[in-house]
Parts: sequence; C-alpha cells; structure tokens
Amino acid sequence: MKTIIQMVVVLTVISIISAIALSEISSWANPKIAQNRAKETEKAIFRVQPKAKSYKKINQSGLELFQVFDENNKPLGYVLTYEGNGFQGKIRLIVGLNDSLNVISRVEILEQVETPGLGNKITEEPFLKQFENLLTIPEIEWVKGSKPTKPNQIQTITAATISSKSVVQILNEGISKLKDLKQKGLL
Amino acid sequence: MAKVNKLSYEFLKGLWDQNPILKQILGMCPTLAVTVSVINGIAMALATTFVLVFSSFLISIIRKLIPNQVRIASFIVVIATFVTVVDYVMRALFPEMSKLLGPFIPLIVVNCIILGRAEGFASKNNPFRSLLDALGMGTGFLISLLVLSSIRELLSSGTILGFQILPKGTPQLLVMILPAGAFITLGLLFGAANLYTLVRERKEKEVIITKYINT
Repeated sequence: MKTIIQMVVVLTVISIISAIALSEISSWANPKIAQNRAKETEKAIFRVQPKAKSYKKINQSGLELFQVFDENNKPLGYVLTYEGNGFQGKIRLIVGLNDSLNVISRVEILEQVETPGLGNKITEEPFLKQFENLLTIPEIEWVKGSKPTKPNQIQTITAATISSKSVVQILNEGISKLKDLKQKGLL
Repeated sequence: MAKVNKLSYEFLKGLWDQNPILKQILGMCPTLAVTVSVINGIAMALATTFVLVFSSFLISIIRKLIPNQVRIASFIVVIATFVTVVDYVMRALFPEMSKLLGPFIPLIVVNCIILGRAEGFASKNNPFRSLLDALGMGTGFLISLLVLSSIRELLSSGTILGFQILPKGTPQLLVMILPAGAFITLGLLFGAANLYTLVRERKEKEVIITKYINT
C-alpha cells in the first residue's frame, strides 16, 4: 500500500512540475516565435518576388496573402504562404506569382520536418530552381525519373518522391484558391 | 578491472569500451536516419549530448525519490520535458540554428541512449559520475556518427562537410544516401570494431600465455 501511494505521488509531482515548466516556457517563447516567423515571412516576400519594392497584406478568407508592387507602385503580383501535409508533418511554403496568377516567380520552403538528408532536399536550390518561371495552368505537374518536358512540370527528387509531390500539391491547392478568388473578383 | 571505479573511466568508457553505437548498439534509429551528411551527424550528436547531460544529471539527483515501479515513466517525462524546453528555447532565441536542427529535436526523445543511460547508470550513481558518464557517451556518439556520416557523404557525393574531397566525376553511389547504405556501412563498422577487439584480446592472451610458459 505504501509503495502504491508513493508511486502515485511521485509520478503526479513529476508530471505537475513538468507541466508547469512547459507552460511557462511556452508562454514565454510563443510571442518570440511568432515574431521570428513574421520577420522571416517579410524577408521571404522579397526573395520570392525579387522585383518587388513594397507589399500590402490582403485580408481575404483567412489566407496569408500579400500584394506586391514595383518602384512605380504598379502591382506586380501576389505572394502567398500556404501549408499542407508533407511526408512526416506540415510543410509551410511561400510562393510568388504574377498578376494573372499563371507564372510562378519563385518558391521557398519556410518550415518542414521532412527526413533529414532525403526529404529535406526540397529546401535546396536544385529543387526550388525548377519552380522559377513555372506555368501554373492548368496546374503544376510532377514527373519521376526523367527530365520535365512541359513548361508546367517539375522533376521529383530521387528517394524523396512523396516530399516533392507534397510541395506540388500544396502549391496547386493554394494557387487554385487564389484563382477562385480572382474569378469572383475579390482580388 | 581496477580501472572501472576511477572517475576518469566514467568519461573514457563511452569513447570505446562502451561506445553507445559500436558496443552497446543503442540509438540505431537516429544513427541510421541522420548520417547522410557530416553536418547532420554533428548537429544530431550535439543536440543529443545536450539533452543526455541534463537529463542524466537531473535523474541522478532525484534517483532516490523515484519508486522502482514507475522509474521508466518518470525518466521519460523528464527527458521529454527537456527536449521540448530545448526545442522552444532554440526556436525563440536562435531561429537560424533551429531551422537547421528542427527535424532532429523530436527524434531525441526516442533516442534510447538517453533512456538507456538514465536506467543503466544515472539511476544508480551520484550526479557527478552521471555527468561524466553522459559527457563520455555523448562524445562516443559524436565520434561514431562522424565516422559513419563521413563514409556515407564521401561515397554518395564525394564531399565532406560540403567540401569536395574526391575528384569531380568520381562515380557517386546513390545507395549510400538511402537506408540500405546506412545499414551496409553500419554493419561493416560493427565488423571492423569487433575484429579489432578480437585481435587485441588474442594478443593480450598470448602475452599472458608466454609469460606463464617462461616462468
């Protein structure tokens, strides 16, 4: 009986201490993490739209969407951050598009937890370079094991097909939402 | 084995005699998964060592309070808490480093070196010895991952830490970057380590026998 009580007490105390520590840490760290994230997004906007000089946030159906302008304040296109499922967890990416939403200027991966050494190659230049000037009509397609033949195709990474496909899927989903908004005249 | 109780041995045993990878065959999952490049190996080993040192130390302090029946559950809670704290602090203060190490951090919870040392050592020894043991095991883990990842990165892309070592145009073995390459390399490393131990033991025996014959 004595050991049973001791077991319960010790485990409860350890869990309570752990819970207090974690909630304290999380309430201290979360605002800082959000700040880092916002800063990083701002930097990324100008990386995926290299010609842009300024941007404006667009509040539309819960999307993290920005319209970017060149030095004469002429609209250049849009930047969208969007997330979806990868191979092991969420992939969050940022994409720059032209004004009519049919050409990608550049894509970057903001957050991912893909397999180190295999799936996380989606963050590297050889893969991302393929998206520059890629057509999004009718939508982005992927090919496996051979060079792309059409202007709307990219090649998946060897041994990381699922991660590569996920990026394409997330892009297609986000872009199709934008196209819907554009059709309804909301953009 | 007089050296067993020496303090310095608590640190040194992790490097070879009880190397977590080569001798105890612990922590295989992260070992096989992350050793595709040297930088990944180093990052994983450093993050693991950090958690290992702190959790071993803390568990050793509270070891007498924990009833035997719930020790594993308690250790896991302590370890998981440390891993989460490390993850949050890094994301808040060092976002750049966190981006590099991000995917490895959650892997540390399931690294059995940490639970293994908590159960096998820290729960039976004083905090100072546990600290030395954890540092030694962490260093041993780092050395093994360095060897393994160097071989794999060299054969798969001809580089070490991103620097070109093999002349350009050397055929690259894609298999080394895949799980199969990890298993093959690790198996050969185990073989080499065992062969070395065997040869050394045989030599020691011969020395004893010749001494005996001579007398």
